[in-house]
Amino acid sequence: MSTRLQKGGRLIDRSRAMSFTFNGRKMQGYAGDTLASALLGADQMLVGRSFKYHRPRGIMSSGAEEPNALVGLGEGGRFEPNQRTTTTELFDGAVTASQNHWPSLEFDVGAINDKFYRFLPAGFYYKTFMFPRFAWKHVFEPFIRQSAGLGKVPHARDEDRYEYAYAFADLVIVGGGIAGLAAALAAGKQGKRVWLIEQTAHWGGRAVVDGVQIQGQEADEWVTETLQALEGMENVTLRARTMASGLYDHGYLLMYERIADHTPGDGRPRHRLWRMRAGHIVTATGAIERPLSFAGNDIPGVMLASAVRDYVVNWAVSPGDRTVIVTNNDDAYRTALALLDAGLAVPAVIDARPEAKGDLPEAVRARGVKVLEGKGIAKVKGGKRVTGVSVCLQAGEGAELETIDCDAVAMSGGWSPVVHLWSHCGGKLNWDDKQAMFRPDPNRPATGADGEAMVTAIGSANGHLTAADVLDDAHKAVGGKGAAPGAVCATEAPIMPVWIMPQGAGPALRFKMWLDPQNDVKVSDIQLAAREGYESVEHAKRYTTLGMATDQGKISNINGLAVLSDALNQAIPATGTTTFRPPYTPISMGAIAGEARGEIFQPLRKTPMHDWHEVHGAHWEPVGHWRRAYCFLRTGEGVHDAVNREIRQVRNSVGLLDASTLGKILVKGPDAGKFLDMLYTNMMSTLPVGKCRYGLMCNENGFLSDDGVVVRLSEDTWLCHTTTGGADRIHGWMEDWLQCEWWDWKVYTANVTEQYAQVAIAGPNARKLLDKLGGMDLSKEALPFMEWREGTLGGFRARVHRISFSGELSFEVAVPASEGRAFWEALIAAGEEFGVMPYGTEAMHIMRAEKGFIMIGDETDGTVIPQDLNLQWAISKKKEDYLGKRAHERSFMASPERWKLVGLETLDGGLIPDGAYAVADGHNANGQRNVQGRVTSTYYSPTLDKGIAMGLVKHGPDRMGEVIDFPVDDGKVVKARIVDPVFYDKDGEKQNV
Amino acid sequence: MLILECPCCGVKADETELQAGGEAHLKRYGPGSTDEEFDGYMFSRKNPKGVHFERWRHAYGCGKWFLAARCTATLEVFGTYPAQTSAPPADLQAKIKQKRPNWEGYK
Amino acid sequence: MSKAVSALGGVSHTGFVDVAEAGLRGMITVRGDLASAKMKKAVKAATGTAVPAARRIELNGDKGAAWMSPDELLILVPYDEAVATVEVLEKALAGEHHLVADVSDARSVFTVKGAKASEALMKLCPVDFETLAEGEIRRTRAAQVAAAFWESGADEFTLVSFRSVAGYVMGLLEVSARKGGEVFPA
Repeated sequence: MSTRLQKGGRLIDRSRAMSFTFNGRKMQGYAGDTLASALLGADQMLVGRSFKYHRPRGIMSSGAEEPNALVGLGEGGRFEPNQRTTTTELFDGAVTASQNHWPSLEFDVGAINDKFYRFLPAGFYYKTFMFPRFAWKHVFEPFIRQSAGLGKVPHARDEDRYEYAYAFADLVIVGGGIAGLAAALAAGKQGKRVWLIEQTAHWGGRAVVDGVQIQGQEADEWVTETLQALEGMENVTLRARTMASGLYDHGYLLMYERIADHTPGDGRPRHRLWRMRAGHIVTATGAIERPLSFAGNDIPGVMLASAVRDYVVNWAVSPGDRTVIVTNNDDAYRTALALLDAGLAVPAVIDARPEAKGDLPEAVRARGVKVLEGKGIAKVKGGKRVTGVSVCLQAGEGAELETIDCDAVAMSGGWSPVVHLWSHCGGKLNWDDKQAMFRPDPNRPATGADGEAMVTAIGSANGHLTAADVLDDAHKAVGGKGAAPGAVCATEAPIMPVWIMPQGAGPALRFKMWLDPQNDVKVSDIQLAAREGYESVEHAKRYTTLGMATDQGKISNINGLAVLSDALNQAIPATGTTTFRPPYTPISMGAIAGEARGEIFQPLRKTPMHDWHEVHGAHWEPVGHWRRAYCFLRTGEGVHDAVNREIRQVRNSVGLLDASTLGKILVKGPDAGKFLDMLYTNMMSTLPVGKCRYGLMCNENGFLSDDGVVVRLSEDTWLCHTTTGGADRIHGWMEDWLQCEWWDWKVYTANVTEQYAQVAIAGPNARKLLDKLGGMDLSKEALPFMEWREGTLGGFRARVHRISFSGELSFEVAVPASEGRAFWEALIAAGEEFGVMPYGTEAMHIMRAEKGFIMIGDETDGTVIPQDLNLQWAISKKKEDYLGKRAHERSFMASPERWKLVGLETLDGGLIPDGAYAVADGHNANGQRNVQGRVTSTYYSPTLDKGIAMGLVKHGPDRMGEVIDFPVDDGKVVKARIVDPVFYDKDGEKQNV
Repeated sequence: MLILECPCCGVKADETELQAGGEAHLKRYGPGSTDEEFDGYMFSRKNPKGVHFERWRHAYGCGKWFLAARCTATLEVFGTYPAQTSAPPADLQAKIKQKRPNWEGYK
Repeated sequence: MSKAVSALGGVSHTGFVDVAEAGLRGMITVRGDLASAKMKKAVKAATGTAVPAARRIELNGDKGAAWMSPDELLILVPYDEAVATVEVLEKALAGEHHLVADVSDARSVFTVKGAKASEALMKLCPVDFETLAEGEIRRTRAAQVAAAFWESGADEFTLVSFRSVAGYVMGLLEVSARKGGEVFPA
C-alpha cells in the first residue's frame, strides 16, 4: 500500500492538515501536498480508468507529464474536469472525483472492452464502423458518444475571474530549477530585465530531490540563497506557479499563472494569461523520465522512478512498502537510495544493461540490495494494484526466471529533454545516440524579428543530465562572468536504450505493453500501424491516437516513435518527432477569454439615447457592435404589433428614429472635391454648398460597398454619411487612398461619427413638431428637400438635413452627442400632441422597402453592382475615373444577363421567405433546378396591408407583370408578380412638402 | 504575432494594434487599362516564400499606413518605411540582398 | 450647458486603484502641417503650449496639446471653451490647408488613480509601461477598442476612448482594478 511516512517531506507542513474528499470519501493531507501526494498518502493509488479499455489507472508521475491521474475538481461554479492531480496543489475542502467509469471506479462495466482488446485495435473506428451503413447512426455513434470523452462538462457558470497581463522583458527564463536559477543570477547581474518563471509552486527542480551539492552547499540551501539574491535585484522578476504555455513569433510568449487555484474564492483572479514579449527566451525546462515498455506497465503501482523519489523526499509518501526498480540507466538507483533512506524495502533493482558498475549501482549494492544485471520485467502481476513482477532476460523472449513480490515498481527508461518551447516556433532537434534522446540543435534555433536566435536551451532541457554540466551550461549560455557555480554529483555510466522489454517479446506481451496509458495505445498498436502503411510518425500518431491525450504524449512519444522506427527498420532520427504544439499543458478556457465575458465580452456601442431606449421598451438588435432598437415594445405588445404601430404613426403623424449610429466623416481640403469624385460613383465636387446628395461607393472590383448622403458644408468641406456598420471601414478606405495612392492630394479626413447624436423626425407632422422647438425656419422655402441648414433649434446647436429614408416629410437633425439625450427628450415632449413615438430599425426597413430604397447588406452582398439595382442615375458618365469604374467595364459586369432589381408581389398577398430563389425551366449540370432570381428584402407592409418584396431577377425590369415561382419549404410554391419596386408614393409627393 | 515598428510614430507595435493590408507597391490600373493589366492589379499577388513587401496600418495607434519588408518563411523583418513611395528604399533593398544573397531582387 | 452630459455621468469604482469617468472635456482634432509657423501660433493661442513633438503631450493647466500622428494633434480645453477654441484655431490656420473638428462629444475620459495604476492598465493595453516616457501619450487599444492615455499626475493616468464604448471601457477598468488583482502584490 501507499502511505504517509512518519518523518520527512521537504514540501509538506505537518502542522497544517487539510481535509479533502475523493469520490465522497474523506481524506487528509497537508499544506504543501499536491492532490496526487495527498491521495497516495491516503493509500488511493487507483484514481481513474483509461479512455478506451477502462483499465484501472494509478498515479504514474509527479508532474506535468502525468497521463492517468486526472480528476474532476470542485463543485458548481468551480467544477472543472481533467485536473491533473500531480500539478494541482491541495487545499482545504477540495472535492475530487475520478473520471471515465460507470457505475463506479472499483467496478466499471466499460472494462469489458479490455477483454475484447483484439477487436479494438488501432484504427478500429475506421474498420469496425464502416458496415452496415445504417448501424453508424443507430448503434455505433450512440455507443461512442456514451463512452467517449474524459471527465464531465461543467454546467454552472464559472464563478471565478480571469485576466490577461501584457509584459515585456529582455530575457525570460522558463524553469526554476538550478539551471534557470543560475542563468537568472548571471543575467540579472548584467542589468538585463529578466523574468524567471516556474510552473510549480517551488523552486529548485530535481536537484533538491536528488541530493546534489552546489558550491559546497546542499542544493536546497543554494536554491534558497540564490532566490534571495534574485529577489534583491530590481531588474529580476520571479514568478512561481507560472507555466510557459507557448512560444510564438517575435518573442511572443504566453505564460499561464495559476494565481488562486490553491486558494479558491479568496478574491484574486483564478488565472492570469501573461502575454509576454521577450527579447530572448531561455528554456530551462528540464527533462522528463521515460517509462519502459513491459507487459502490465500500466497497472496501478507502476510509476516513474523519479516520481517515486519525489513522493518520498518531497511529500514523505511511499508508493509502496516493497518497490522493485527497473531501469536501463544509473539515475534510477537514486530512487533505490531514497527509498532505503526512508526505511522502505527495495527487493531488487532489475537493470537491463549487461553490467551495472557505476558509483550509484555500487552504492545501492553496498546497502544490500540485489542488482539483477541484463534482466527485464516479463510482466507485472496484479489487477488494480501491483502484486509482483516476473523477471526475465532482457535479451530473451520473456521466459520467467523468478517472481518477486512487491507492491510498487519504479521504472526508468532514460530521460527526454523538455523541448516543447524550443520547438514551438521552429527550433530543430538532433538525436543524441549516446544519451538516447532528442536534444535542441543549437545551430537551428527559432529565430526572431532580427533573424537571430530567439531561444536558447540550457541544462537538462539542453540534454545535460548532471548538475555540474547543467550549471556550467546555464551560466555560459547567458554570458555569465567568471566561473559557473560548481556542483558535486555522482558520475553515471551510460544508458542502454531499451524500447521494449524483453527485447524479443512476443505478441501476447506486446499486447500488454502500454505506450500511452491515457489513450490506451500499446506497442502492438504502433506495430500494426506500421504494418498497415502508416509509416509517417504523424500518420501513425493519428491512426493510433498515440500522444493525442490531454498529456500530449509527454511520456509516450519518444517510446512510440522508437517502436515505430524499429517496426520500419529505420533509425530514430529518420522517423523524427511529431510536431510540438502549444499549449505545453492544458490551460483554462477562462484564461484564454481573459476579461472578455459577460457585459464586456465584446464592446457594445451605445448611442447617447441608449439608456432612454432601454427604459422605453427597446427590443435590441445588434448592428455591428452597436445596439439599435429594432422596435419599442409597449406593455402586452408583440414585436410585430409594435413595428406596425410605429410605421402607422410615421405615415400618419410623426415618429423619431435614433440615427446616431450613421457614419459621419469630414472631408476637407483643396482636393476634397476631386477625391470624393473618385470615391463615389456620382459627382460630389459639383454639389452646391448647403445641399445634400445621395451617393454610392464601390470597391475596385466594382461591387457596391456603401451608400449615404453627402453634405457640402463649405467651399472646401464635405460631410459624408455612411451606413451604421460602414463608418470605420469607409474612413479607413479613404485614408488608405489618401496615404498610399494619392498622397500628394491636399485632403484631410476626420471621423466625427460619435460627435453627433442624430435624430430622424419623420412624418407629416415632422415640421410642426420642430417648429414647436423653434429657433429655425424650416419651411419648404427656407429648407427645401435635399438641403441642410445650421442653427439653434430649441436651444440646441443643430444641423438640420431635409432628407428622407421613409418617404415622408423628414428632417435629420444632428446635435452634439452630449446633448443628444436632452434633445431627444425635448422632441418627445414637443411631439406629445402628435402622439410622437420612437420607431426602430424594423419600421425603418419596412418603410424604405415600401419606397423601393435599397439597403446595403440586403440588396447588396458583395457581388452586386449599382447597375443591378437600377442606380445608373447615380453613376456619373462624365467622370473619367472613379473607384470601381474599370471593373464596371468588364464584359460580365455590363452583361444584360445580370439579375436586376424589381419589386415582387405575391398573388395571395402573403410573404415570400427571405432569400427564396425563383426557379426557371430545366436543370443545371448538378441536377438542380435552374434559377432566375432571388428575394433580397421581404416584409409585411402595414401601410399596404400585404406582403411586399424586392429581389434580383434575370431581365427583371423588362418583365413587369410576369408571374414567377418561388418554391419554399415542404413542396409549396409561392407565386409572385414582378412589379415596380416603389410600392408607396411613387411620385415622392409625401416627402416633398 | 509580429512586432513592427511604425515608421510614422516610432511605436514598436504589437500585431494586435495593426491592420494588415496585403502586398505593397501595387500599381493601380483604372479605366483604359487592358483586361490583363486590370486582372494583374486586382487579383495577381506574388505570395512568395521569402522576401515580401507588404502594407500595414497602425490602426490602433497613429492611424498611418506604412510598408514592411519581411521574410514570410522566418518572419524576419528587414525594415519598415513610409507608404508614400512606389518602390522599397534602395538601402533597404541592399540590406535584404546582403541577408538573402539568393533573393531575386525587387521587380 | 447643463443639457450636455457625459456618457456615464461620472461613475467611479474603487479597487486596488480608483477608476472614474472624468466628465466632459473639450477636445479638438487639428490636422495640418505640424511644423508650420501658423500651427505653432494656433496651438499657442488655443492652449498656451508649444506644438508637441512626436508621441508627446504638452500640458498647461486644464489645457493641452497631444501629438496624435504626423499630421494630427488633439487640443484639450475645458468643455465649455471648445466651440470658442475651434474658432481661434480656424482663424489662426486660415489660408493654410488644415482641418479643425470639435470632437469633445465623441470621446469619454477616464482617470485611473493610485500607486498601482499601471497594473490595471497593463491588463488591457499591449504597452510596456516601464519604458513609457514622461509626457508621452500612447495611442493603443484597451482590450478590443481604441484608446489613448498619458500619465496625468503622480500615480494617475488619464485615458480617452470613444464615447459609444464608454460603458465597455469602464467595465474593463472596473474588472482590472478589482482588489486582489494586483499584478505585482507587495
